[in-house]
Amino acid sequence: MKPVLNRSIFNKAIFRESASASFAKLSPRAMLKNPVMFTVELGAAVMAFVTLLSLFSEREALGDAGYNTAITLILAITLLFANFAEAVAEARGKAQAHALRKTRMDTPAKRLLPDGKTELTSATALRQGDIFLAEAGDIIPADGEIIEGLASIDESAITGESAPVIREADTDHSSVIGGSRVLSDRIEVRVTSRAGESFLDRMIALVEGANRQKTPNEIALTILLASFTVVFLIVTVSLQPFAAYNNTAITIAALIALFVCLIPTTIGGLLSAIGIAGMDRALGANIIAKSGKAVETAGDIDVLLLDKTGTITIGNRKATNFYPLNGAGDEAFLELALLSSLADKTPEGKSIVELAEALGARPDLPGKDSLKYVKFSAETRMSGIDLPDGRRIRKGAWDSIRMWCQMEGGVLESFEAKTREIAEKGGTPLALAVDQKPQGVIQLEDIIKPGIRERFERFRKMGLKTVMVTGDNPLTAAFIAHEAGLDDFIAEAKPEDKLAYILQEQAAGKLVAMMGDGTNDAPALAQADVGVAMNNGTQAAKEAANMVDLDNDPTKLLEVVEIGKQLLITRGNITTFSIANDVAKYFAIVPALFATSIPGLNALNIMQLASPESAILSAAIFNAIIIPMLIPLALRGASYRPIGAGALLTRNLLVYGLGGIIVPFIGIKLIDLIVCFFI
Amino acid sequence: MFTEITGAIMIFLLSALLAWPLGKYMVKVFKGEPSWLDFLAPVENAIFRLCGIRPEEGMDWKQNMKALLLVNIAFFLLAFLLLSIQGFIAFWNPNGFGNWEPTLAFNTAASFTTNTNLQHYSGESTASYFTQLAVFTWLQFVSAGTGIAACALLFQGLANETSSRLGNFYKLLIKSCTRVLLPLAAVLALILSFRGTVANFRGIQQAATLEGGAQMVAGGPAAPMIAIKQVGANGGGFFGPNSTHPFENPDYLSNMAENVAILLIPMALVFSFGFYLQRRKLALMFFGLMSLMFISFAGLSAWQEARGNPAFTDMGLAQCTNMEGKEVRFGPVASSLWGVSTTSTSNGSVNSMHDSHTPLSGGIFLLDMLINAIYGGVGVGFINFFVFLVVAVFIAGQMVGRTPSLLGKKLEAREVKIAALIVILHPLLILAGTAIAAHGIRVDPELGWLNDPGFHGFSEMMYEFSSAAANNGSGFEGLGDNTPFWNITTGITMLLGRYLPIIGPLAIAGSLAVKKPVPESAGSLKLESFAFGAVLLSVILIVAALSFFPALALGPIADYFTL
Repeated sequence: MKPVLNRSIFNKAIFRESASASFAKLSPRAMLKNPVMFTVELGAAVMAFVTLLSLFSEREALGDAGYNTAITLILAITLLFANFAEAVAEARGKAQAHALRKTRMDTPAKRLLPDGKTELTSATALRQGDIFLAEAGDIIPADGEIIEGLASIDESAITGESAPVIREADTDHSSVIGGSRVLSDRIEVRVTSRAGESFLDRMIALVEGANRQKTPNEIALTILLASFTVVFLIVTVSLQPFAAYNNTAITIAALIALFVCLIPTTIGGLLSAIGIAGMDRALGANIIAKSGKAVETAGDIDVLLLDKTGTITIGNRKATNFYPLNGAGDEAFLELALLSSLADKTPEGKSIVELAEALGARPDLPGKDSLKYVKFSAETRMSGIDLPDGRRIRKGAWDSIRMWCQMEGGVLESFEAKTREIAEKGGTPLALAVDQKPQGVIQLEDIIKPGIRERFERFRKMGLKTVMVTGDNPLTAAFIAHEAGLDDFIAEAKPEDKLAYILQEQAAGKLVAMMGDGTNDAPALAQADVGVAMNNGTQAAKEAANMVDLDNDPTKLLEVVEIGKQLLITRGNITTFSIANDVAKYFAIVPALFATSIPGLNALNIMQLASPESAILSAAIFNAIIIPMLIPLALRGASYRPIGAGALLTRNLLVYGLGGIIVPFIGIKLIDLIVCFFI
Repeated sequence: MFTEITGAIMIFLLSALLAWPLGKYMVKVFKGEPSWLDFLAPVENAIFRLCGIRPEEGMDWKQNMKALLLVNIAFFLLAFLLLSIQGFIAFWNPNGFGNWEPTLAFNTAASFTTNTNLQHYSGESTASYFTQLAVFTWLQFVSAGTGIAACALLFQGLANETSSRLGNFYKLLIKSCTRVLLPLAAVLALILSFRGTVANFRGIQQAATLEGGAQMVAGGPAAPMIAIKQVGANGGGFFGPNSTHPFENPDYLSNMAENVAILLIPMALVFSFGFYLQRRKLALMFFGLMSLMFISFAGLSAWQEARGNPAFTDMGLAQCTNMEGKEVRFGPVASSLWGVSTTSTSNGSVNSMHDSHTPLSGGIFLLDMLINAIYGGVGVGFINFFVFLVVAVFIAGQMVGRTPSLLGKKLEAREVKIAALIVILHPLLILAGTAIAAHGIRVDPELGWLNDPGFHGFSEMMYEFSSAAANNGSGFEGLGDNTPFWNITTGITMLLGRYLPIIGPLAIAGSLAVKKPVPESAGSLKLESFAFGAVLLSVILIVAALSFFPALALGPIADYFTL
């Protein structure tokens, strides 16, 4: 259900939309949100005025009209580039949100009309209060409450619990979750909420620059950039009397150009685009964040709570071995195992049948009608079959079989030993008995996802602690946690255990992320610093979480953390780049300002720029075009590699810090080589 | 030259080696742990009782800042009053010096209260011994004590885990004086007296010169004042020519002792940070970073001085080193080292005329004050450095993909806002002040206080404001600075440049103190790393120093290229 998105940064439609939006965003009221670019706009306005004056006046401070026009244009272009960056990020976000909306339409729903007829529609067309019909094989299109009927439902995709559940009208178990599958029977359901829709709307608001709320870190960075802007304002304004003292006339154009070049326009112009792009990337990963803050916080996560099923292990447990004990022969035991699971439609049950057949069990099946299936019940905690010959075959967890059977000490011991052995190796033992006599043990095992160990290794390098949450017993949990390379586990986990674990970690100052789906996960989801609900989870879970994963993919948590980190790194890197750029700009502009009055200062013109005018123009042009050149970086995000904080800082510092010092020297020189032809 | 360099290296090493144990000791004083000076406790307790101070009462940052301001306003008013009525106090006034002119009294009171010791007067011809001791020397203790106490509050703020109590300013102020400044000053005063620094209460005396003429020679209780002026980063000399004067700084050994004293507490407080927060490695990194700048600047300055003025060489004169404005007994290397020491630690005493240093050397002295955090003034140096640290951590923290946190506390909008304001303050005070002066002298050259025209004159004006804003107190001289204009503008600059950079960082510390600490992980920024050191250095050089680049280009750099 992943939407196929246009992953390229620009396509024609986005480009056209963004280009016109760049002009609309020039309105001072919109600009005011970004202090750095607002001062550029003020500078441009002053320059436009000065340009006009200089057409009619010969005053030295006003400078040459043509030159003034050039500077005014460059400033205007700087502004437009910055606006364009934001507009592109916005347009991409919207495009992605719309694409997501479209994919949501694809889940079909059978809406029940008042006249009793059904109408085939899509999940998103369902409104709260609508009634839909779901029959065996259907995917339930939206969260709702059963008003009529009873059905067995497979919620394994959502809850990880493989046994089907029975949902029935007018009972405690009357709610169904969107995305789960009806296995049998037919139910009528009243919609309690629309699927993911309201979240999508919220997400769209997050990618719209105008209404977007800045994240805490972004606010802090904006303040810092504003203070740098004030420092450079002081530097530029004081330069005028300094120059006058030295009998040097500096034109207004030169002063404003110096000011705009020095203030951090690169990061100032890209800041909001970076923030929006972070949301875009989240959307691209089919995650709907309810706030930008949640995405930013994700980068700070210290502890990840991961459900075992689906994240660490592939889907459900599978039968891997049969151990006949108590004198049952191999073949006989295989047959018993197969028969016991004949009616068991759980993945475990199916896997027992599959394995037994593969090992050659071919029991003579009596007529279907003569078989009596015994479903799993909470009372006996066993399932099985009654054969026509009167034999009663039962399978279940060892302790429930033990309760059912009578056995002597030796047999008991052999079973105890075998089940413990299986559990210690991370498997789950199922015991099988006939007529209250234990026959043997079936080993069920989790299959750990390939590559998951390496993935957790990555996270350890990122400084994340990974915790596996599982309903398994502590022995099995410990084994799987060890095999998969997790740091910790919560065994026999109840939802309140998750909450307790989160509170305990948070008390130590750590930030915790978890993923959940059930209503009983809601408190933990709300408590976690980053709570990701699966889209097919219950409404309560989705309300409590601050993100919703449309793919219902438990490994998504890992992506969320990376997106958060990328967001911060991109901001930090471009800030560093922007500030480092100032070194070269000083060396371009300062000697240019005083080239005629203080010839000695020409020694600072280490780039050997052609003339004072071309030097200032080149610096201003470089300052403008670096913005669009960095748009791809701002939108894609700086690459994140889990190589440890120290190595990461070194790497980014070399690329963006040292690069930020060197690149403008080269860039300004190159531009100067071209510009000097026009002056 | 070899001996000169060896002497300089010895001064540096001796300072660093003494600073380590001193830093450790000061932490004991701050934390109230037992030390060998505990016999002073009755004296301190008497002072506490006398002033109604409850020393064990912990105060939050606001209460502490209120206390700091209150005490300092009282100091300032008292000093202003005593200077204004000096002539009426017959005690310890053998030369019968009169009352001070109000703007000079304002400037001087501000100057000594703020630990600046910018001197628009000449001590031997205007200040009575009572003024020198009861006003100046006393303020030299308590202003230094104020700085140290503020630094201790900052340390506690960073050490706190969710407590707003930073300690008690009054207690820290008094203990900094009794347990740190007083013993160190006593030792230095003794050393200086042994080397020949004067200490008497006699008035101006007539002496017979070698040529047989008669000369009026001023003496006075100089040694004790000089000791605290160096130890407490004050820099205000007993005599007008400061430590170039043979009665203040008689020989190379006294020069060494004084230079070590200049660097001692500022260096030690960097180590104190490490001991206080148990982050010794980080403190060593800070120290290394500061020393890297310090040594490069001192080396560059000494090299420039040794190279001399190329104009002389071009004229065929065999002049190699630049000895103008220097004392022959110290030579260029010791003069440059002192110059860099005194400007980087906000001390401001001089053993050579900074005005006469070669342009780049003078520019380096300026740069030291513009950065104002290479070791820095007593207490305030580290506080200034802390602001750069906040900015650097904020930028670098993002680069590793985490919302930035400093020593386990998250840096958020509030902290960044305060740091940002402090970052603005220094350029604002210096550039705006210099701009006003430059504009004034251009419009009306008849004002007469600027002796040198051109780039050098510009450097002089900029130096004066930098010295005031950085609470340094040294003068480039060549500036007739005892005028109402300079007295008032630099007076205000000193006050703003002193208290805002203390209050701001302490507000940050106060806000960090109550935050829940975030444990470090493999993903958090390692402050001790080489890469972070590079970020910190870049922040200091690009954000702080480079914003003065245009101004420096018009002063020392233009001077250098046009020489």
